[in-house]
Amino acid sequence: MSKMLQLPLRSRQQWASIALQAALVVVIGGLAYGAFINAADNLAKAHIASGFRFWDNTAGFDISQTLIGYSPSTSTFGRAFWVGLLNTLLVASLGIVLATALGFTIGIARLSRNWLVARLAGGYVELIRNVPLLLQILFWYNAVLKSLPDLHSSISISGGAFLNNRGLFLPRPEFADKFDYVAAALVFGIVATLAVRIWARRRQERTGQPPRTLSFAFGLIVVLPLLVFFAAGAPLSFSFPEVGRFNIRGGTEILPEFAALLVALTIYTAAFIAEVVRAGILAVSQGQTEAAQALGLRSGSTLRLVVVPQAMRVIVPPLTSQYLNLIKNSSLAVAIGYPDLVQVFAGSVLNITGQAVEVIAITMAVYLFLSLVTSLLMNLYGRTVGIVER
Amino acid sequence: MQRLATAFAIAMVLAFGAQAASAQTLKAVQDRGQLVCGGNGTLAGFGMPDPQGNWVGFDVDFCRAIAAAIFNDTKKVKFVPLTTANRFTALQSGEIDLLARNTTWTMSRDTTLGLDFAGVTYYDGQGFMVRKSLNVKSALELSDAAVCVQQGTTTELNLADYFRANRMSLKTVTFATANEAVRAYDTGRCDAYTTDASGLYGERLRLADPSAHIVLPEIISKEPLAPVVRQGDDTWEDLVRWTHEAMLNAEELGITQQNVDDMLKSNSPDVRRLLGAEGQFGQSIGLTNDWAYRIIKAVGNYGESFERNVGQGSPLKIARGLNALWTKGGLQYGLPVR
Repeated sequence: MSKMLQLPLRSRQQWASIALQAALVVVIGGLAYGAFINAADNLAKAHIASGFRFWDNTAGFDISQTLIGYSPSTSTFGRAFWVGLLNTLLVASLGIVLATALGFTIGIARLSRNWLVARLAGGYVELIRNVPLLLQILFWYNAVLKSLPDLHSSISISGGAFLNNRGLFLPRPEFADKFDYVAAALVFGIVATLAVRIWARRRQERTGQPPRTLSFAFGLIVVLPLLVFFAAGAPLSFSFPEVGRFNIRGGTEILPEFAALLVALTIYTAAFIAEVVRAGILAVSQGQTEAAQALGLRSGSTLRLVVVPQAMRVIVPPLTSQYLNLIKNSSLAVAIGYPDLVQVFAGSVLNITGQAVEVIAITMAVYLFLSLVTSLLMNLYGRTVGIVER
Repeated sequence: MQRLATAFAIAMVLAFGAQAASAQTLKAVQDRGQLVCGGNGTLAGFGMPDPQGNWVGFDVDFCRAIAAAIFNDTKKVKFVPLTTANRFTALQSGEIDLLARNTTWTMSRDTTLGLDFAGVTYYDGQGFMVRKSLNVKSALELSDAAVCVQQGTTTELNLADYFRANRMSLKTVTFATANEAVRAYDTGRCDAYTTDASGLYGERLRLADPSAHIVLPEIISKEPLAPVVRQGDDTWEDLVRWTHEAMLNAEELGITQQNVDDMLKSNSPDVRRLLGAEGQFGQSIGLTNDWAYRIIKAVGNYGESFERNVGQGSPLKIARGLNALWTKGGLQYGLPVR
């Protein structure tokens, strides 16, 4: 469209539209302000305490899983908020990683030429995505709890771990000071491997020699840190769990609530991701596969180098939605007592302080923030896999 | 989720609604022709629907007593089952007229929630239930134990306090509802379940094998359970408070569901005042003067309601203990109607 045509439009319709939008912004802003003032007024009239002073008061309740230091006697409601938030982030981030891996596998398997594999993948998707998530969480929780033995008949796993209906208890590594050298060697190994890979990729582009970096990577990431580890005198010990009268003492504990929630979220979301992946792959024209095969690429390489990169730009937007769903669905933790943000903050804290408006507003703001950050990151990633217009 | 929805609803009501004039609860109830009472819904002995769907229990009787005082009809109550999480919000937002749901009267609740507590209907205390097979005789042996508890309760806080005060280590597993906490305890997730002692007896009946569990002797807290109303409606608060006092006075004076009609002919001035034969006490709380007569006729006196729901006439078999009349070594003391 030429600029000559646009100018008269701008003077009439566009100005009208700008005015309308400005008016809308003013109205919405006014409503929000009115709601805020009205709420404060109503709370004051009903003699309900308001404000955020509760944040620094002592919480007084215990939390079963804390990633940061927390003590019921000294920690504040604010600290409880961070404990809950970190628990939410833990289950959501692990869930996203595992659901992505499982979802891609199932999605690709559903397109497999192997009849059985394809049907199994199809059956998985249809079964899982048609049963409500809450029921699945309860199923996994009860299945996990009911089928595991009690404390005194704990399943003892070689290496000093225990499994019972209180959770999975693993030896906890305790690092001596010299372990820093091992960590440094590991970091160096990873950086060096990346450098080697970049060099090998360039060489491939220049000379056509395929990159063979696997043995380099193994040497740098595994052998080198191991050598440093023994040279430093094996600066690592384990605190082993022991069966006590009621519970297992020592070691690291994986709660059954956490396991059940993670498994349920992973399996449920993976079913949707599988369909997203299948749709993405089917969106890549069959001609691309044929062309790749005509060039002599094997089917694995065809998938990895030709089909998936093109499918990604179809996959990423709906994949983002699935990630957002997973983050929000993690709030169903409340049904099985996993101490996530909703359970701890919108549950215990809300009840003890009674400040529903503030607590719910903060909780909603947190989920909004998490979702927006996830969307932003996925959009950035989507840009890197999108079609580059030349 | 239900909790979030309710909390969200009240946030919306507070933000956009104009708060209804709060001093009109009795009139609103009369206009509606029905009392809306917040109850427990899952706690045997206190508030739970029976197999026919009729709510029964100690707290339920209290709501029915108020319905009898207002309407002379114990059926004119609608019970709303509430969780610990949404009970106060439901009352604050006006969804219910009265909360009678084994709720502990504490200073912070009384002063910061915009609510008022109207008389202690049940003196309770927190206890522990464990499996007999653990051979635990005292709560002080529970160091290291995993304890299932319901969140948002005074119980949750007392538990942490008790273990801390006795230098014991604790593994709490917190659930949103008593149902979930009890189920997890029954599955073996926890060594102990803790709630108010009265609740322990009620919940024990729901376990797969009730006889395999015992309630430990320690009572670790004070839990005065009280009906709750919105702050700022003194007439309504008076009505609720004096319903309880009337039931206590009836027990003190020996007036029962059976003999209340005969008692109308009594010469005792205390009895005559309570039953409305003398004085204008009913009118002073916005009712007719035979209000207490109707309460006793419909649900009986305090002791009758206690024994029927949680005492010897019930599967819970809880002793009167602190809830005996003051004349019999308990704490229940009917304020004088005069």
